[in-house]
Amino acid sequence: MAALGMLDSANLNGGQKLAVKYFTVAIALFGAQILFGLLAGLQYLYPDFLYGVLDFSVNRMVHINAMVVWLLYGFIGATYWLLEDEAQHPVVGLALGNLIFWVLTLAVAVVVVVYLLIQIGPGEHSTIWLINEGREYIEAPRWADIGIVVSVLVFFYNVAATFAKGRYTGIGGVLTLDLIALAGLYLAGVFYTPNISVDQYWWWWVIHLWVEATWEVLVGCLMAYALIKTLGVRRKIVETWLYIEVALMFGSGILGLGHHYFWIGTPEYWFTIGGFFSALEPIPLVAMVVHSVFDAGAHKMKSTNHPALAWIIAHAFGNFFGAGVWGFMHTLPQINLYTHGTQWSASHGHLAFFGAYVTIVIGFIYLALQKWRGNVWMSGGLVDGGWKWKWSLALLHIGMIGMTIGLLVAGYEQSQIERAIEGSTWTGYFAAQAHQWFQQGIFWRQIFGWVFAAGFVLLVWDLMTIGKRETRPIQAMQAEAA
Amino acid sequence: MTEATWWASESFWRKTAIWVTAVSFVILIFLTFDSLSQISAGSKRVPAYSVINHRIDYVFDEKRNFQVPVIGPEEPLFGKKLTEEEAAALVSRGKVTTQAKNCMNCHTLLGNGAYFAPDLTKAWLDPSWGSKEAREQLMVDFLKDPSDKLHNAIGRRMPNLGITDDEARAVVAFLKWMSAIDTNGFPYNFKPIDQSDPAPAAPTATAAPGAIGSPAQN
Repeated sequence: MAALGMLDSANLNGGQKLAVKYFTVAIALFGAQILFGLLAGLQYLYPDFLYGVLDFSVNRMVHINAMVVWLLYGFIGATYWLLEDEAQHPVVGLALGNLIFWVLTLAVAVVVVVYLLIQIGPGEHSTIWLINEGREYIEAPRWADIGIVVSVLVFFYNVAATFAKGRYTGIGGVLTLDLIALAGLYLAGVFYTPNISVDQYWWWWVIHLWVEATWEVLVGCLMAYALIKTLGVRRKIVETWLYIEVALMFGSGILGLGHHYFWIGTPEYWFTIGGFFSALEPIPLVAMVVHSVFDAGAHKMKSTNHPALAWIIAHAFGNFFGAGVWGFMHTLPQINLYTHGTQWSASHGHLAFFGAYVTIVIGFIYLALQKWRGNVWMSGGLVDGGWKWKWSLALLHIGMIGMTIGLLVAGYEQSQIERAIEGSTWTGYFAAQAHQWFQQGIFWRQIFGWVFAAGFVLLVWDLMTIGKRETRPIQAMQAEAA
Repeated sequence: MTEATWWASESFWRKTAIWVTAVSFVILIFLTFDSLSQISAGSKRVPAYSVINHRIDYVFDEKRNFQVPVIGPEEPLFGKKLTEEEAAALVSRGKVTTQAKNCMNCHTLLGNGAYFAPDLTKAWLDPSWGSKEAREQLMVDFLKDPSDKLHNAIGRRMPNLGITDDEARAVVAFLKWMSAIDTNGFPYNFKPIDQSDPAPAAPTATAAPGAIGSPAQN
């Protein structure tokens, strides 16, 4: 083993060597997401900014696509990270997994270049196949869809075969089944129909059943593993919790899909089903907060990796507030009638994706860096007091909460003026957009966007340097009383 | 500690997770079959594409307590009555165009998409077009080059997306068809364009000042 504090891939197992590649690309795409978010935000304030060069539609598409892809890269990386450790077996088909990493990354690069340089095409199917599918979140052209499906199949083969050859833990079993669902659901978005109601019906299967079901269960698995690693919680406890969370998450989230079926042409019974089950959706998120905070408290906050644990606790709270509270606020049809398609959704989207997913991927990257540098000390009392990770965590949170509140103010104003008073016409839309309360909301969103970007720069600096001059080995974990 | 109670045991919750997931999914599949049959083109909620041969309005329904689309007398789009197949092809061309031009990353359709530009669900019925007679051509002209047609006080403009005349007409057909979908009253309290027939002696209506299609006034 190399000297402590040195970044050395000899410290990693095969799956982990692949994982850090995924993490590296993930962080780069996170930067792209922030950059294009800032550009799109500026266009709200200065509509002529980059007009006709990089229009809002392009910046916004890259903003949300970079997010989806980097979070998926984070999840795939995190899965490869824990795979050998969980299965107690080297990754099966690792060479193929490595090849697919490069293929997928090349494909992502080509898609982004086409988004930026070609942007749109004639109103023909060739555009959908080669340039842009034009459906929010899953804009990737059809050729890329096929590539994504093939890549995910290889990834799934790595995971399932490794667990099968090694051992299936509770975490491993849930993870494998969840990945089947995650990959299968993507297929619901890979077709064309002129009927926009049918289009959006299946489109929500991908978006909702990813973000509010299978992704949530996936991060549940990641959190379970992280709690074992950072706190030394007994496996039996985290796995029992994991099953409870899966039951609550799928029990509420699958039929909670109905809250997207209020206004797209689908029958009225979705009011009842969507309203009821989506009202239940925060419950598993409360359970996750209880679980993580209780475990951290029971271990007197003595963790082997303070930054990772801090981000995992941030995940538990962020998931609850962003997905749970902000989602519930406008999920009932009586309220959603006025808030659907306004900045309310943007407010919820920002806090939820950050709180539920960004946090835990960053936590995992801290776990990875610790081992990559030879299992160095990352508990309390870091060499420089750990100011970089603490300040980046603070700035990213202040930035995100500020953006969320700014967008929420804009959303309130929009649902009042455009919807309730003006009756949703285009004149009403622009009256609301021009209103000073709206303008103030998006102005502050931009300010906090810069704060968020500053937090990101500090985060990258910290990720590159944390543990660098550390000479102490990782803190020994206390054995938990049986 | 002795043997865990049943409600705290791992195996109980494993089985619960499996059952809850399976039952929820089966219910979803069942509801999906039902919903898809209710939203196929030509159903009560989502009309056939040839609905573009008719006037479409959005009228308050006492019983349901919100506005619903009402299919009115024959008013063919661009004055040309289409067969079901022709209408389907035209609407589909329009739908492909909305995807190829990435409309959804500025606009919302049925309320879904981005929030930088107005919702398109009832674009066909928006009073900004001025009059129903001028509407079709104004929509086509606007889509073909919206960059010089400023229509709001905050300076937000739709860029020129290189939409051809054929594509623009197809998009208008798609928008007209979409406005006939029963969206359970979304958007709420909407004030549609006046489509009542003019009195026989009335002069031909022209675009109202400030309508979307008229050239920039600023």
